[in-house]
Amino acid sequence: MVASANTRLRLETSRLTARFGQHRAVRDVSLLFPAHTVTAIIGPSGCGKSTLLRCLNRMHELTAGASVEGEVLLDNVNIYAPDVNPVELRRRIGMVFQRPTPFPTMSIYENVAAGLKVNGRRPRPEVDDAVSRALQQAALWDEVKDRLHTSALELSGGQQQRLCIARAVAPQPEILLLDEPTASLDPAGTQRIEELCHALKRLYTIVIVTHNMQQAARVSDYTAFMYLGSLIEVGRTEEIFTKPRVEQTEAYITGRFG
Amino acid sequence: MSAFRRHLTSRVMTALVVVLSFTAVLALLLILGNLVAKGASSIDWAFFTKSPVPAGQSGGGVANAIAGTAVIVGLAALIGVPIGVGAGMYLAEYGGGRLGFLVRFIADVLNGTPSIVVGIVGWTFIVKPTRHFSALAGSVALAILMIPMLARTTEEMVRLVPNSLREAALALGYARWRTSLKIVARTAMGGIVTGCLVGIARIAGETAPLLFTALGNLNFTLNVNQPMQTLSLQIYVYATGPFDEWHRLAWASALVLMGLVLVISLAARWVTRQRYGSIR
Amino acid sequence: MTSLLGRDRSDRVYRRVLTGFALILPSLILIILGVLFFNALPALERFGPSFLWTSTWDPVAEVYGAAPMIFGTLASSMLALLIAVPLALSVAIFLTEFSPRWLRQPVAFLVELLAAIPSVVYGMWGIFVLIPFLRSYVVPPLKALFGWTPFLQGVFYGNSLLAGGVILAIMVVPYIAAVSREVLLAVPASQREAALAMGATRWEAVRSAVLPYGRAGLIGAVILGLGRALGETMAVTMVIGNRHDISLSLLQPAYTMAAAIANEFSEATTATYQSALMEVGLLLFVLTVTVNAIARILIWRVARGAAVGSKAL
Repeated sequence: MVASANTRLRLETSRLTARFGQHRAVRDVSLLFPAHTVTAIIGPSGCGKSTLLRCLNRMHELTAGASVEGEVLLDNVNIYAPDVNPVELRRRIGMVFQRPTPFPTMSIYENVAAGLKVNGRRPRPEVDDAVSRALQQAALWDEVKDRLHTSALELSGGQQQRLCIARAVAPQPEILLLDEPTASLDPAGTQRIEELCHALKRLYTIVIVTHNMQQAARVSDYTAFMYLGSLIEVGRTEEIFTKPRVEQTEAYITGRFG
Repeated sequence: MSAFRRHLTSRVMTALVVVLSFTAVLALLLILGNLVAKGASSIDWAFFTKSPVPAGQSGGGVANAIAGTAVIVGLAALIGVPIGVGAGMYLAEYGGGRLGFLVRFIADVLNGTPSIVVGIVGWTFIVKPTRHFSALAGSVALAILMIPMLARTTEEMVRLVPNSLREAALALGYARWRTSLKIVARTAMGGIVTGCLVGIARIAGETAPLLFTALGNLNFTLNVNQPMQTLSLQIYVYATGPFDEWHRLAWASALVLMGLVLVISLAARWVTRQRYGSIR
Repeated sequence: MTSLLGRDRSDRVYRRVLTGFALILPSLILIILGVLFFNALPALERFGPSFLWTSTWDPVAEVYGAAPMIFGTLASSMLALLIAVPLALSVAIFLTEFSPRWLRQPVAFLVELLAAIPSVVYGMWGIFVLIPFLRSYVVPPLKALFGWTPFLQGVFYGNSLLAGGVILAIMVVPYIAAVSREVLLAVPASQREAALAMGATRWEAVRSAVLPYGRAGLIGAVILGLGRALGETMAVTMVIGNRHDISLSLLQPAYTMAAAIANEFSEATTATYQSALMEVGLLLFVLTVTVNAIARILIWRVARGAAVGSKAL
């Protein structure tokens, strides 16, 4: 696995196994996510890619009956160590879900500021700055700057998803997890999110789960292929898609199954 | 059975169902119609502003009963709403285990408890030791009636909030309590308020638990340590009394009480449409 | 960069507070039971089980037996169910199966409104409208047809078991209808479609597929209505006549447990009298809790854990 030399922050999994009751959804996965890159996790439905992603910010354990073995290391600290507070952890790792999840009772402004408030009160100008910066990063600022205090539900689906990205990046996390962020969007909305991935990797380490191989090829620097809960192959995206080393990977990316 | 007979049976049964349904609805329209026809003519300014006059005389109003209803029901809501809504939040957020099952079951069972029995509880704890009837005892009884109802409606409303919102908040670094209050409860607020209003409408018309707690009072008072009149108690006394003048006032009071219940119920629907309809 | 370490105690506090609120409900049922039991203790000791089947109610001699009001409670509730069940089930079937779409909301709203009318208003309507109506239009033809049965003996003065049963029927229709409607809505569409696909008429689909599927829930709805009728106080008190007497005739005055407490509690001056009324309350409470528990178990079997009818109840 290739890691860039100027890695400032390391996120990696070490022999990670995640269960739902008896079922092992993720099996013994060790994977490094290099800083300031986009890593795509691909694989057929039910291969455990979303579960793996949800282990990275300890969302997996919120499901009833779920459990985790192995380690996830953030700067060499195991985030599953007993003295780690998952709430603190999640403030350093932003997440965007399959469907847009704007908070329905909040305005656009309040939605973006939602993650800032949990870190304690801040002066209003500082919050204003953070909100506009986050909306600019999510390429939504120009569309909403004149109606920041209207309901977030009035936005289109694509705009709502970008609002969720803005909400996730506003507290300036170090890592951004995207769980099939374009699954419910039309092609135009999808394209804007993909462009965002390119722009945002300067600032954040991005992990994106997708069922769409073209999307993985377009947005990612590294690609990991999972099948039946196991990590089959990982490498530079162009290598995975042009000369995969494992037969299963080749079968999947050429469309023979999945 | 021939096809003709089968279709005839189907037609006849369908017609029967329709006729019986409309009979049930007719009963309601009849009652409302009677209330308006017999009550409306007695409602004037004095009716709302004056207290009752001695038996046999004509005139007077129900100002004492209207104020009493507001005080007793308001106080009951003050006690019942936090407990009921809190229990409902528990059922929605942590109610998956055995305690949740038990509380849910007890709430449903308590929902059908005769209100007169609950009145006995208010009497035992407040009237008996203080040796006098009081509005407070009535409020406590009404609060007890409200709690199971609110717990269940609150739970239902909170459960309607999609889990994805809860996850989004947690992923943003919200602690569980903050997620529950700031995101989940706030999103369900319209529904919770509706549940509270419906609960208030229900207890506003209660009479039985007030018979030996609030007792009734012919004079205007706002002191919750004293006996107090309510519209419902007033209707009971006037309707079962011997004077035509009382019967006239009973109809008018019933119309006012029904109007009050209707306004609260409609307000509840309006709140739902305004705040809650948006997320579905 | 913030530290990952540290514990949040506030979550545990929040959970404890909510648990505290929730625990109030089981406490309430125990408190009610305890209050009634300890208040009733003197009567329980003095009269023993014969309280249930003796008919004397004499505050002067301090002898009490609750048989007439137990009889009256059961009889008025049964009469109410006899009238209300066909009406309520019709409303539920009409709303879920036959009603045009535009009519569903208004009819459902009107039936819900029927549940919102205060008991005392029903009672007043019973005195001034229902009883005169029964006297003029219902009792004469009934007597002409069935006057020879023991159920229609004597003169009809107004306040009677019949009036109590009819007013109760009108009052429990919305409860049974609302719960039945939700039970029928929980019947999967596939049940109905399978019957229709086999060539059943609409009524046959209802009778052979929809009703059997929801049967446990519908029985639950009816039993829930029974629980309501048993404990209903004001309206019954105002029209049933309040007489300590057992008569098979619907035209004669009767009494119910709830009505006895409502009527006599404030004038119960001696400790024994009060305690006897408390025992009546205890009986009523245990009876309704049992009936409601059975109803809920039946309903939960169809619509698992859902607060069926919570809006109407």
